[in-house]
Amino acid sequence: MAKIETFYEVMRRQGITRRSFLKYCSLTAASLGLSPSFAPKIAHAMETKPRLPVLWLHGLECTCCSESFIRSAHPLAKDVILSMLSLDYDDTIMAAAGHQAEAIIEETITKYDGQFLLAVEGNAPLNQDGMSMIIAGKPFSEQLNRVSQHCKAIISWGSCASWGCVQAAAPNPTRAVPTHKHPGIANKPIIKVPGCPPIAEVMTAVIAYMITFEKIPELDRQGRPKMFYSQRIHDKCYRRPHFDAGQFVEEFDDEYARKGYCLYKVGCKGPTTYNACSTIRWNEGTSFPIQAGHGCIGCSEDGFWDKGSFYDRLSGIHQFGIESNADEVGGTAAAIVGGAVAVHAAASAIQRATSKTDQGDS
Amino acid sequence: MSVTTTPNGYKLDTGGQRVVIDPVTRIEGHMRCEVNVDSNNVITNAVSTGTMWRGLEVILKGRDPRDAWAFVERICGVCTGCHALTSVRAVEDALDIKIPTNAFLIREMMAKTLQVHDHVVHFYHLHALDWVNPVNALKADPKATSKLQQLTGPKHPNSSPGYFRDVQTRIRKFIESGQLGPFKNGYWDNPAYKLTPEADLMAVTHYLEALDLQKEFVKVHTVFGGKNPHPNYLVGGVPCAINMDGDMSAGAPLNMERLNFVKARIDEMKAFNDNVYIPDVLAIASFYKKQLWGGGLGAKSVMDYGAYPTVNYDKSTDQLPGGVILDDNWDNVMEVDPRDPTHVQEFVNHSWYKYPDESKGLHPWDGITEPNYDVSSAKGTRTNIEELDENAKYSWIKAPRWKGHAVEVGPLSRYTLAYAQGVEYVQEQVHKSVAAFNALAGTDLGAKPILQSTTGRTLARALESQYCSDMLVDDWNALIANIKAGDTATANMEKWDPSTWPKECKGVGVTAAPRGGLGHWIRIKDGKIENYQCVVPTTWNGSPRDPAGNIGAFEACLIGTPVERAEEPVEILRNLHSFDPCLACSTHVMSEEGEEIVSAKVR
Repeated sequence: MAKIETFYEVMRRQGITRRSFLKYCSLTAASLGLSPSFAPKIAHAMETKPRLPVLWLHGLECTCCSESFIRSAHPLAKDVILSMLSLDYDDTIMAAAGHQAEAIIEETITKYDGQFLLAVEGNAPLNQDGMSMIIAGKPFSEQLNRVSQHCKAIISWGSCASWGCVQAAAPNPTRAVPTHKHPGIANKPIIKVPGCPPIAEVMTAVIAYMITFEKIPELDRQGRPKMFYSQRIHDKCYRRPHFDAGQFVEEFDDEYARKGYCLYKVGCKGPTTYNACSTIRWNEGTSFPIQAGHGCIGCSEDGFWDKGSFYDRLSGIHQFGIESNADEVGGTAAAIVGGAVAVHAAASAIQRATSKTDQGDS
Repeated sequence: MSVTTTPNGYKLDTGGQRVVIDPVTRIEGHMRCEVNVDSNNVITNAVSTGTMWRGLEVILKGRDPRDAWAFVERICGVCTGCHALTSVRAVEDALDIKIPTNAFLIREMMAKTLQVHDHVVHFYHLHALDWVNPVNALKADPKATSKLQQLTGPKHPNSSPGYFRDVQTRIRKFIESGQLGPFKNGYWDNPAYKLTPEADLMAVTHYLEALDLQKEFVKVHTVFGGKNPHPNYLVGGVPCAINMDGDMSAGAPLNMERLNFVKARIDEMKAFNDNVYIPDVLAIASFYKKQLWGGGLGAKSVMDYGAYPTVNYDKSTDQLPGGVILDDNWDNVMEVDPRDPTHVQEFVNHSWYKYPDESKGLHPWDGITEPNYDVSSAKGTRTNIEELDENAKYSWIKAPRWKGHAVEVGPLSRYTLAYAQGVEYVQEQVHKSVAAFNALAGTDLGAKPILQSTTGRTLARALESQYCSDMLVDDWNALIANIKAGDTATANMEKWDPSTWPKECKGVGVTAAPRGGLGHWIRIKDGKIENYQCVVPTTWNGSPRDPAGNIGAFEACLIGTPVERAEEPVEILRNLHSFDPCLACSTHVMSEEGEEIVSAKVR
């Protein structure tokens, strides 16, 4: 393996014509929400950029991130694995096991020191000396730190690596910590792609963006790519007009549930959840939780497991204060409407939620 | 070195060479395996270790039972949804909530979709590389591959020589690039691989086809549950309301378009199972006709709770009836009762947990778990294990037993039980498969020698996938018929409000998870979770030894298996992968005392 091939070289070697290659670049531009004028830039990047080696490590997890990743429709997971990345270590799909698998990590560190991408799925526990997550007889913590010292950048896949997720929910029995809070993690750029799991096409688009534009995407203050995490589910929800009109589902399977009214009163966390579910949607745009009749549970938010029941409505006034402020940015009229709805919603919220609050778990 | 015989009949010899595989890859979660191999390269001792622990059930204590499904769903993103389903069943059982027929049918369709998806991804993307050598596929003649395709799976449209040549070209370029990605450091010159280059090319081609198609199958979950992985569930029914022709039907969760979309995915699943998956498994199996080992416990003692009733809440209509068979006696199928404290019990004397009396097992409703990580008698250090000591504690997995017996769970167990209890569909599938295997392999074997092996475990999974896709068609038709009859209810909300609940209650939910029988046990007190316990398939199969010395299914399947090269674990991986191990599922904890115990004992 003398040199690292570019995407273009690889695609040509795989019998893909230049015409198909350019079409692929146009589609990639479209999937990233870029204008067609970006297609030549993507083509140029793919002709000149080397394939990026990736070490994908797994800690305490449920593997839903990997499962989501293979659901990607554009690009297909098959094409990502065969043509975009060199996925040299990923214990969920790799052929090798045991010491032959671990040897790949050392080989990659030697060969591509400072050049490869570290993808982290799951997280490391600190209790039990780290030994509630053992890999090759040692704590996963050690593997994570060692690989992080030599990588170029880190992607924290999903809510486990980004925030801690379910095993870090109170009382966090294993003291599981997200990547950026892991003691000894190297000081490298960390891109958080939260969600339980993240949307497949969001995962592959973040990778495609980084490879194409040779930089990490613009991140918000919490380290998430702004392109996918800068607005709330609520902002682009197709049921938003029902919220604004004060039309709510009062109970699952009532006549309003059948009409597709707003799920706010049955606990939807869309108003406080930053993700792309209501725009990109899930599984090639097939649907998303609200369309299928269940409120958003807020799975891309930090600590979403410990913010009360998934069926408790977001308690009125304060959230709605934030809500109307956010709407003011978009226009005064919207803020007035938002405020009116807040009064309406809060009134009925108090009416119905009293018993719930009494045995609430705060 | 010692030679012992376990109460369940396995001779263990700890002499010879000790081989350690850590990590065991291509599984969900994390596991380690150590074996002893004698001078003839035959495995004489096996030690299976779960190497992760997350403590989800501690986390559940004190929470709203209606939220539990979302927490336990995150036990596993591969068998996504089956823990959620089991959880809502357990909660509904505790609160005596009966769900509407539509909700029952939709949940059944989600469960069977999961079976098909999970089984297909397991076979092609986690297990195939134990049987299939992608490097060898480069030597294939595309014309001969086309002939093989038309012989084994004549109804699959992608069968032309040009098609296989294109795939071969793509694989060649990939391999010649020198960056092998997931195929790197595989065991590609190991003689344990038996396929012809043409069979390898056909299988690698279907590896890629299956990767494209699996993302279509799961869209059934996306319609009913809003996303996959981790679709949404609801205590009392399903969240997807039905609106066939009323106002605003287009924006409703379920309407004619959505149901047609589901039907199209079901048809894809059925075609893939019938035309590709089953033919591939039989074709590959025929090349391994002399490697019919690895039956282990599956050849003796099997268990399942029973699944897929045609009438909800009527176990007598289960299309895969449950039970227990011991010692290969198919004439005596015994009942398994998840409520009986003497039936299902978990032991911990070889697990990294502590009981007041570790000679006894505990029923899940009364489970105790106190982490007790201890490797003081192992070789190495506390944080650098070289060799485990199987006479001491050696795994994060507990050891569940049925009336003290180690049993295997999974598709092979379900098929054994269904066959033994005379399920015609299953018997016909098995008979056809045996005939096809014999025709391809030139053998004259009966059902047992084929089924009771690593190959048989893999075949049973494929047959179950096919059965599920047929049952999906029935469920879809039943849903349409029920709606046509005027019933559009999807949720029973009578007991949604916790003020309607009893002060204290307990329940159990069981399902046929892809990897075997799954049970959740819950105690609810004052509207909150008092105790939650999951006993999952890989806990049964991957269990360490119990106080009597019985070994579990992973360990049993390895005893007596010969390996070509002790340092290259192809056969070990093949045997273990035939169970589709799911380690995140198998390691869990709950105690009456809950978090206090845990936080007090960890440093």
